[in-house]
Amino acid sequence: MKRDPIYGIMAEFDTPTALLEAARRTYQAGYKKIDAYSPFPIEGLAEEIGFEHNAVALVVLICGIIGACTGYLLQYWCDAVTYPLNIGGRPYNSWPSFIVITFELTILFGGISALLGMLALNGLPMPYHPVFNVPRFSSASKDRFFLIVFSSDKQYDASATRRFLEGLQPRSISEVPS
Amino acid sequence: MSDEYKMTATTTAPVIEPGHTFASVTDKISSIVLTRPASNGWFLGFGIAFLATMMLLYAIGYLFIRGVGIWGITIPIGWGFAIVNFVWWIGIGHAGTLISAILLLLRQSWRNSINRFAEAMTLFAVSCAGLFPLLHVGRPWLAYWLFPYPSTMGVWPQFRSPLMWDVFAVSTYATISLLFWFMGLIPDFGTLRDRATNPWIRLVYGMLAMGWRGSARHWHRYETAYLLLAGLATPLVLSVHTVVSFDFAVGIVPGWHTTIFPPYFVAGAIYSGFAMVLMLAIPIRKIYGLEDFITSRHLQNSAKVMLATGLIVAYGYGIEAFMGWYSGESYDAFLLWNRLHGPYAPWYWSLLACNIFIPQLLWIRKLRTSPLALFLISFVILIGMWLERFIIVVVSLSRDFLNSSWGQYYPTRWDWMTYFGTIGMFLAAMFLFCRLLPMISIFEMRTLLPQAEGKAAEAAE
Repeated sequence: MKRDPIYGIMAEFDTPTALLEAARRTYQAGYKKIDAYSPFPIEGLAEEIGFEHNAVALVVLICGIIGACTGYLLQYWCDAVTYPLNIGGRPYNSWPSFIVITFELTILFGGISALLGMLALNGLPMPYHPVFNVPRFSSASKDRFFLIVFSSDKQYDASATRRFLEGLQPRSISEVPS
Repeated sequence: MSDEYKMTATTTAPVIEPGHTFASVTDKISSIVLTRPASNGWFLGFGIAFLATMMLLYAIGYLFIRGVGIWGITIPIGWGFAIVNFVWWIGIGHAGTLISAILLLLRQSWRNSINRFAEAMTLFAVSCAGLFPLLHVGRPWLAYWLFPYPSTMGVWPQFRSPLMWDVFAVSTYATISLLFWFMGLIPDFGTLRDRATNPWIRLVYGMLAMGWRGSARHWHRYETAYLLLAGLATPLVLSVHTVVSFDFAVGIVPGWHTTIFPPYFVAGAIYSGFAMVLMLAIPIRKIYGLEDFITSRHLQNSAKVMLATGLIVAYGYGIEAFMGWYSGESYDAFLLWNRLHGPYAPWYWSLLACNIFIPQLLWIRKLRTSPLALFLISFVILIGMWLERFIIVVVSLSRDFLNSSWGQYYPTRWDWMTYFGTIGMFLAAMFLFCRLLPMISIFEMRTLLPQAEGKAAEAAE
């Protein structure tokens, strides 16, 4: 499959409010394959580009439950099945004593899955990405706000899209080579 | 109503001094890592800390050759410095998690300027803490026996013991603290990657940033994950010191067997942790000129947290004394008498002075706003909290039920070398941290600026 030599068109803005406004108008104009970049999380920006829900919480919930089951079953199997010891006449399956480690493993599994799940869903680590080909993009981690329309969008048209983005009064516009 | 609001707005110091922009915040913090040369003072401080770390290695090396007999521990006092220092260090770590997780959930945005180095402090303090039980087991090379793994001996751990709970609690705590810290660093690694001019440095930060590009979708998942991690770390941090207190409270020794231990341990942990945060923050903000970001507001808030947790600790002491009298239990009554008049009485009175009386100075507003006074009071609190663990471990064990089994504890030079050695290791790690990583979270500082809200977008120009 031949790759499009152009990955998308990128517009640069000065303030978070300008980016929010631009993202809203671009999405409403029918562009669906777009993304926005900012040096810090901006409330409501993801919703403006049509991204409402993420799966991180579900991943953490599932892994937390797996952690809890692992914790309890591990202790049950060790102390009640394979190596039962009589400690002060307590029952082999002395569940109150098993709560602490069950809790700790819930947290451990949930916490690890929060970081790894976030990275995996974000597709990180990603050593190469076309947006870094734009020299101005280095300020996306400092004080500038960027909006991109991907060339894979159905409505994408090199000159029309560019004209549309110019209408949003950005600071600059760049073509992103892939 | 509006007058009242205006009044509080003018009397409370700001979280971040006015006049900063996204660019100035970024440059100020990242330049400390990227362009500022290491000063002679840094080399001197790091050198001293490094020498202390070498002393620690020497003490540990000798311990490996001769065994734990080189320490002052004997029967009846088998726990000694190793456990005192373990509890002290792990308690110090708790403030980092409190600042980064609990204050995040409570939407205390002032935490954004101090959470990064408080988390680093947690990580290094937990590393120091973890050393002590490891060395104290006597044969550290067999410490992996604590973990459940299929061994040819067919033996499995005994999970009804609080000491096993401790293994899981502390190792989970260390892991989650590391994850939380690393996750907070990812966007800042991206900033350093984009600012670095040296290609090798850029490569290192670039690998750590893992291709972070600040996409809105990424931030969305990132914030969810960060919040969930904070939500998980909050009960975790409370559980860790609770489990540490179970190591004592589940035993039957007078002075240990009390139900007040878990909350009183957690409060004491946060008390000493904030003292350490202040002892680190005050010199750091001065040396690196970060007074704009770590303002008087942060120092005052930390002082207030210390005052509150200090009063909880004082309540714990009060209840212990009250129960000694009220229970009518002769051993408990004797414990109280022994603390006040026994061979360790000077230690107990110093503890009361350091932890209860001197910190009451924090009621005075003038002292809360004076960095020097806060630094000194924090130092006193750290000593006090160390004494508290000494009293709990040593005094309780030295005089238990039978006079025939009483004893005295004399720490040896190896005990002191190990203790001061871990302080050196902690400081050496902090010195390296200041030079290699952004010690204030850059992206979270940007969110504190008025421009980030959008309201004052025009004012920024």
